[in-house]
Amino acid sequence: MRLRTLTALAGALTLSLVAGCAKGGSSGASANTVTYWLWDANQLPAYQACAKGFEKENPGLKVRITQLGWSDYWTKLTAGFIAGTQPDVFTDHIQKFGQFADLKVLEPLDDLDIQESAYQPGLAANWIGQDGHRYGAPKDWDTVALFYNDKMAKAAGLTAEQLNSLSWNPEDGGTFEKAIARLTVDRNGKRGDEPGFDKNHVKVYGLASNGGGYGDGQTQWSMFTASAGWNYTEKARWGTKYQYGSKTFQSVIKWYFGLAKKGYLAPFSDYNVQSNQANTQVAAGKAAAAFDGAWMISTYAGFKGRDIKSALTPVGPTGKRATMMNGLADSITKASKNKAGARKWVEYLASDKCQTVVGEYGVVFPATPAGTEAAIAAYKKKDLDVSAFTDPVADKKAFRTFSYPITNYAADVTALMQPEMEAIYGNGKPVSSLDETNDQINLILDQ
Amino acid sequence: MTVASSSPPSRLPLSDAGAVAPAKKARARTRGDGALAAVFIAPAMLGFLVFLLWPTVRGIYLSFTRFNLLTPAEWVGLDNYVRMVNDPIFWGSLTVTVEYVVINIGVQTVAALAIAVLLQRLTQSALLRGIVLTPYLMSNVVAGLVWLWILDTQLGIGNEIISALGFDRIPFLADDTWAIPTIALINVWRHVGYTALLLFAGLQAIPNDMYEAAKVDGASEWRMFWRITMPLLRPVLAVVLIMTVIGSFQVFDTVAVTTAGGPANATNVLQYYIYGSAFGRFQFGYASAMSVALLVVLSAITVLQYRLTRAGQTDLG
Repeated sequence: MRLRTLTALAGALTLSLVAGCAKGGSSGASANTVTYWLWDANQLPAYQACAKGFEKENPGLKVRITQLGWSDYWTKLTAGFIAGTQPDVFTDHIQKFGQFADLKVLEPLDDLDIQESAYQPGLAANWIGQDGHRYGAPKDWDTVALFYNDKMAKAAGLTAEQLNSLSWNPEDGGTFEKAIARLTVDRNGKRGDEPGFDKNHVKVYGLASNGGGYGDGQTQWSMFTASAGWNYTEKARWGTKYQYGSKTFQSVIKWYFGLAKKGYLAPFSDYNVQSNQANTQVAAGKAAAAFDGAWMISTYAGFKGRDIKSALTPVGPTGKRATMMNGLADSITKASKNKAGARKWVEYLASDKCQTVVGEYGVVFPATPAGTEAAIAAYKKKDLDVSAFTDPVADKKAFRTFSYPITNYAADVTALMQPEMEAIYGNGKPVSSLDETNDQINLILDQ
Repeated sequence: MTVASSSPPSRLPLSDAGAVAPAKKARARTRGDGALAAVFIAPAMLGFLVFLLWPTVRGIYLSFTRFNLLTPAEWVGLDNYVRMVNDPIFWGSLTVTVEYVVINIGVQTVAALAIAVLLQRLTQSALLRGIVLTPYLMSNVVAGLVWLWILDTQLGIGNEIISALGFDRIPFLADDTWAIPTIALINVWRHVGYTALLLFAGLQAIPNDMYEAAKVDGASEWRMFWRITMPLLRPVLAVVLIMTVIGSFQVFDTVAVTTAGGPANATNVLQYYIYGSAFGRFQFGYASAMSVALLVVLSAITVLQYRLTRAGQTDLG
């Protein structure tokens, strides 16, 4: 019996392996088809409209768009590079860019004649690799702002004007911390700034949790560390020294995650990357406000009965407000089977013509100024005020915008920083432990 | 394992041919048997070579290289193994994995044994047997997702109930002390029926007259369990243990779905760390070295278990 069981098991294993290895069969690139991948389902209709315009201008060329969820997207793309089933063109993220450039899977786009001045400042320059070649054509941008539940704000006696003029510092948290405390309500109805507030039984948190924030803190702590004057690395692009060991950085992180100890920020245990991100907490009425990106505007606006508005990030110790400005780009794969068609498509994607069409859908801010204007108008039509996201880009005096860290070994930095930040946030590990993690990271970058 | 499984087909045709056509000439029979045997062996052999032997050999080779899949592998000698020994995350992963296996196998084996014995001694209902197996029909990913939603600290129905009963919410999958036991128990829930069924099949092989004889002598159910069921079930139990321990060490999908290795590496089991190193960080050489380590650990545990439980021998008869 034992042998037969084992034989059956071995057979079943073999079968499942064979089935598992069967090809997805979605490559099928040919001379007149350009395959294109993106991850944001909200943007799919906009790019389908763009593709229609492109096909009209280029008779005989067809664009086939595939949309995949964020995590599947990168897994499948990686597998595609290995198996030769990669798309001709794909939406690229700045955090993955360094690795892909390093692996030499991207096609240089120098001959596309991308002019930096044709796009919002800083967007085009980010896509030039260390070898001086361009690997991405700017497609859109996003910033981070504070989404808040207007009903809860009103109940707390906070006006839109007040929420747009908050400031903070790492010592006492400033008016920002006061506002967040005011928005927090415990199970007895006591607010965070009232005597007798029970921080262990909070019904509504002032600020939702978006996790530890890995090494970038885009929607968690980056608006604070940047408005305190801190930078990820010693230079804007392709730095080789991370600065998580900085005392400024550590004091901001200590204050920020300290908000959870006070009961104002949802604890790390309430966060789950799959089931309970910040927007879910706001939608469920468990949090009154959340820092989140411009790509979430439509999502927050869609929460029924929650009347969500957005406010600027608070003014920091440097006297400026700060928000991460991140931009996506379109890249061509080196192994693309239709490079000529791919070039034409990327050129079209990067043009005012396509970006205005995308902007009109009001789901994302395209990279060209005309595209951005079209998007602002489209949001306005939906009765959405997006100035908290667009002001920082327009006004460089009051605002500091900064990019994701662009370095080599981004995946290794994430792998080391994710557990470190989670331990500080969730387990109360001292921020001074960041010194050691920073040393490990810089050792890897020194290789 | 696969070597053993490929031997019966090569033996069976011989004896069959001998039985069916005893009058045929010996020479013709041998030649016919050889070809037939080859045909029978071929699929298993092909599977063994393609899916087991070659990947194993190549994996061991890659563990001595720096390899990112897209550019040629570069020989680095023992570098990956030196790094592994000095990598606190690797040792953390190994510890977490062992913790998982102990809880998972401990609870699962006891529960499965209880279910199997109850099924055998109390009821013959096929419906009940079917119900016991139901969770096993669900994919690991679906089971993980369902439990993730049930146990979510803020929104899960499980925590809503706990909160409604007046207790504090429990961050089952978000707290470093709770996460591993929770994942281990989710997998017990999914696999216990299947394990129980394997043990149940083993129980069927124990002759009923032993129990009847014991009853005549006035033995209690409890005594019969320890004196008859357990000793006679031992070989089956041993094989089931070896198989489930190996499977348990390879836990991956439930972790990937529910915690993604978090919080703060508290559930970063070995397979997940290997996966992240390979497909997240493109360190296929280092990932291979850790896989080889896992292979060694599993082989050692299997040999040890096999010896200790005398899995190859029965006390029956």
